[in-house]
Amino acid sequence: MTMDWYWKSASEISAAVRSGVVSASDITEAQLRRIDEVDGRIDAYTQRWDDTARAMAAKVDKKASRGEALGPLAGVPVGLKELLCTRVGKTTCASKMLEHFRSPYDATVVKRLEAADAVFLGKVNMDEFAMGSSTENSAIKVTRNPWNLKCVPGGSSGGSAAAVSAGECAISLGSDTGGSIRQPACLCGCVGIKPTYGRVSRYGLVAFASSLDQIGPLTRTVEDAALTLNVICGRDEMDATSADLPVPDFTGALTGDVRGLRIGLPKEYFTEALSEPMRERIEQAVDAYRANGAEIVEVSLPCSEYAIAVYYIICTAEASANLARFDGVRYGFRHPEAKTMQDMYVMSKSAAFGPEVRRRIMLGTYVLSSGYYDAYYLKAQKVRALIKKDFDAAFEKCDVIAGPTSPTASFEFGAKSDNPLEMYLSDIYTISVNLATLPGISIPCGLTDAGLPVGMQLMARPFEEELLLKTAHFYEQNRGFDMGRPPIA
Amino acid sequence: MKYEAVIGMEVHVEINSKSKVFCACPTDFHAPPNTNVCPICLGMPGALPVLNRDMVDKSVAVGLALNCKISRWSKMDRKNYFYPDLAKNYQISQYDLPLCHGGSIEIEVDGETRRIGITRAHMEEDTARNTHTLGGGQSGIDFNRSGVPLLEIVTEPDIRSAAEAYAYLTALKQILQYLDVSDCNMEEGSLRAEANISIRPEGRAEFGVKTEVKNVASFSGVQKAIDYEIARQEKVLREGGVIVQETRGWDADRGITVSQRLKESAHDYRYFPEPDLPPIVVDESWENRIREGLPELPAPRKKRLESQYGLSAYDAHVITLSKPVADYYEAVVAAGADPKKASNWLMVELQALLSAAKLEIQACKIGPEALAALLKLIDTGLISGKIAKEVLVEMFDSGLPPDTIVRDKGLSQISDTGAIEAAVKQVIDASPEQVAQFKAGKDKVFGYFVGQVMKATRGKGNPQLINDILRRELEG
Ligand SMILES: [Zn+2]
Repeated sequence: MTMDWYWKSASEISAAVRSGVVSASDITEAQLRRIDEVDGRIDAYTQRWDDTARAMAAKVDKKASRGEALGPLAGVPVGLKELLCTRVGKTTCASKMLEHFRSPYDATVVKRLEAADAVFLGKVNMDEFAMGSSTENSAIKVTRNPWNLKCVPGGSSGGSAAAVSAGECAISLGSDTGGSIRQPACLCGCVGIKPTYGRVSRYGLVAFASSLDQIGPLTRTVEDAALTLNVICGRDEMDATSADLPVPDFTGALTGDVRGLRIGLPKEYFTEALSEPMRERIEQAVDAYRANGAEIVEVSLPCSEYAIAVYYIICTAEASANLARFDGVRYGFRHPEAKTMQDMYVMSKSAAFGPEVRRRIMLGTYVLSSGYYDAYYLKAQKVRALIKKDFDAAFEKCDVIAGPTSPTASFEFGAKSDNPLEMYLSDIYTISVNLATLPGISIPCGLTDAGLPVGMQLMARPFEEELLLKTAHFYEQNRGFDMGRPPIA
Repeated sequence: MKYEAVIGMEVHVEINSKSKVFCACPTDFHAPPNTNVCPICLGMPGALPVLNRDMVDKSVAVGLALNCKISRWSKMDRKNYFYPDLAKNYQISQYDLPLCHGGSIEIEVDGETRRIGITRAHMEEDTARNTHTLGGGQSGIDFNRSGVPLLEIVTEPDIRSAAEAYAYLTALKQILQYLDVSDCNMEEGSLRAEANISIRPEGRAEFGVKTEVKNVASFSGVQKAIDYEIARQEKVLREGGVIVQETRGWDADRGITVSQRLKESAHDYRYFPEPDLPPIVVDESWENRIREGLPELPAPRKKRLESQYGLSAYDAHVITLSKPVADYYEAVVAAGADPKKASNWLMVELQALLSAAKLEIQACKIGPEALAALLKLIDTGLISGKIAKEVLVEMFDSGLPPDTIVRDKGLSQISDTGAIEAAVKQVIDASPEQVAQFKAGKDKVFGYFVGQVMKATRGKGNPQLINDILRRELEG
């Protein structure tokens, strides 16, 4: 069979493998050839695990040949973000600090994917320690946007978005602290969901900001996002912040229509900060909902303007502690010329962390320092609570909030990398969702005139992923045009 | 001018949970280095802490025993500093909302009772241990101890002397042992005490500048260190100097405290709430469950022993110092022994043997029933008290029951009147001089006769019988 399996969705692949139409090994070989063919131009993969992938596929096929039931992700090719701990290969976080680091254990999500019979193709690029919005902060390589190789894939899960968008895997697991799944999904024209904080275990996710981090899938279809969530969600005894709630069948929620659904548009999200093509496409998407019987209401999130400031205080504070452990004592980079303990700390960290990571560690250390804590960290926590309240109030008036994912479509390399503040604004619409611990999804809703993808963001109340996915799925099925494939196809 | 000392104590207690405070590793840190470790207590990337419930239970129990209020809502915090023995370069501890707060403990010094306020008791994790004895300029870190559960108990500055500090530590240790939440072994570091010491002119309300004394390996060391530090501070002030706020280490060999670190160079720990752990919510039913499970604590038990068994305050105090000893005592009485005799034999004879052998009562081969059986042999007149002491030594060494020893060694008393009469007659016949003295009114000589008859019966003559027969023969 010479079908382009690498463009198929995870649901189609899994169904085909489970029904014996195709073997997991055949899928894997097709996928590896695809990576051979395009990754030289995209550079999404930082590690290729061809042998592991073949062995995992063979295991699935053997299981099938013995007549055993196969898992929901049977034979589905998956790329893992560099900050998910795996015993296979390295876990580098795209940092020189962990260039040679091998984790002694698998992250919970990795175990769950493996138990669902997925096949791991390797690891994909990201901004160093998930700090960035363009993947330009990777210490490993530059990943390009499949829609335009001169443009960034977004970040920090840029490798995940580029790989999924270019047909280099069906699913990629990313992580989202302030938009790191949704923004690259938006810029690369794929689906990216950040589940409610606590929905997915963080055990084995190298922490950036513990109160904001959440793992989620990047996929080409909403159904695949639902399928992946079915596998990775749920209480984990290893993560005290994981929610002890039943996990519904998310794929089962993708039915029905949007009649009577109240969709809120936050007026603060549709200002001049939003670029014209983004506004147009999103309004068209909203029209599609309206035309199908949804009720569109205006809502207000008055504290939105503080979200970036609050975010960069909280995330840097937590990061400054989370990254303290990278000291060259037990693992990771230790400066060979360090002679004293003090030197070991200072020289190792200075040499192995990139400028953005160093900047955030210093910011975080500052805002937690005695004399500044109340003015920065404590105040930020209070405003965070107000932002949450904004959403509570908005969700009194609507069921789902819709808006842009990113203020602009993708941009060229170097366009924002000299100006951290401008780069930080890339996450202006996504950050609040993390601060309020809500689920959020980005789905493609067209292209700019320059042929770059535009994404719409939907948000729901905590743990209402079913409604979120259902709403996203309805649009995906009824948007009335084909997104097409990136020119690299 | 007379000075008064103001002392507050900080005690770190290792809680004897089976597993570490945030992971499932065993807490046995005597295992070979770095064998009781996992990604969590090694601070590996991506690992997350999960709070051990048993640690919360035991900490609540300590809080209740120290008359603390238990926080309905508390949280863990990160205390940030860099040191190679700290796996994550932050310690998970409790900062502004400790689990237990506002308690007190009563101590007794020179017959006077004083109440020492407990400011707080909070949960935290222990660090690893560095060793610099590997040779070649290399240092090693053993992470077996990393993540071992610690409870830090802090007093108000209510302590006024080294003797009170000693009494406080003793009372605290007693309570912790009654609760069975810690070994309280200072040499092994399962109990670590630090003292904050300042002095002020008597009658003044403001505190003086304090120093913190660390590195003390025993309660008596704490007492000596405090005495030294009070004297040192007085000398500095009397000579017109000023006290510098600093940490001082106790040098037990030289018997002095040595400056270790000035407060100015102290860390800014940049505390903030630990985002990896949800708040700790101890509701009323949880607190009540722990309260109902509390054992009888030392103070009420002492009072009960006094009233129930008629013990003196002193005896009851000594017996209740250690819960195992008090349990042992009550078991001896329950096995039928006379309460006062049981107390004497336990506190004098058995304690002497235990001290000589450096044994705790838990390791003693003589069970409480066996001691009660021995006392019964005395009561029934089968052996004398003197023989009983020999039997006790034998029991202590062999673990055999007293009746077996008495039988096998032929130690039972001669209560055969005929045999004793014969011995008495023999002694009187051989001691005409002493008989004359006795008849002349020198009653003291009677002891000589008793001794001689005992000797003749090789110590096994029933003392009461010997007495009676001698009196009859000599006076009659
Ligand atoms: Zn451990």
